[in-house]
Amino acid sequence: MAIPVDREQVQRLLSEDAQLVEVLPQAEFEDEHLPGAINIPLKDLDHERVAGLDRTRPVIVYCYDYQ
Amino acid sequence: MSPRAASRLESLGFEQVYDYVAGKADWGSSGLPLAGAEGSETRVGAHVRTDVPNCRANDRLQDVCKHLEESGWDTCFVLDEGGVVLDEGGVVLGRIGRRAIRGRADSSAEEAMTLGPSTIRPSARLREVVARMQGQNLTSLPVTTSDGRFAGLLTRADAEEALRALRR
Repeated sequence: MAIPVDREQVQRLLSEDAQLVEVLPQAEFEDEHLPGAINIPLKDLDHERVAGLDRTRPVIVYCYDYQ
Repeated sequence: MSPRAASRLESLGFEQVYDYVAGKADWGSSGLPLAGAEGSETRVGAHVRTDVPNCRANDRLQDVCKHLEESGWDTCFVLDEGGVVLDEGGVVLGRIGRRAIRGRADSSAEEAMTLGPSTIRPSARLREVVARMQGQNLTSLPVTTSDGRFAGLLTRADAEEALRALRR
């Protein structure tokens, strides 16, 4: 079960080399995203697209808000 | 959407998955930078003045007045106890203009302040805020984070100049 985290926890995890993934569509990612994030839209979240992620490091996912 | 993405990642074999459920709306409204075509420079947070005077609710107006004269500003924000130093980001309780101070030197800031001034978030889009300021003839708007803490003041002159620079 994924662990819900708040803003402070995100900052701490990023300082510990976590990976940050925005799961919104590409156009929304290009408009604005958290610094250092990569974009893998939810619809495209498959084995091929996650191949670039390091499984030994934490992964933080986010979208716009609580939607 | 992010809970589904987190669940999907786990089904793909990832074991250390975290879900930032409040997302980039929370990140931006707290004043943290955003990258991208609509990144920080197009947002209010990059253009706020942080040298605006602030005081506590029980401060005397004569001191507030002195503070205003020394700083050159004509407005002061009344912050809760945490806000004496701006970096600590006190919660905005009210706003006092020079006019409200006249002839009330012995009153407290709390007695003279306008309660609950209208505020905007650091992540608000500059072009939308400028349109609002022009439409409502506002010369400035206080900027607060999503938890009500004072981030600074956006003046219309600064906002209009920043927007012109972005369009060049």
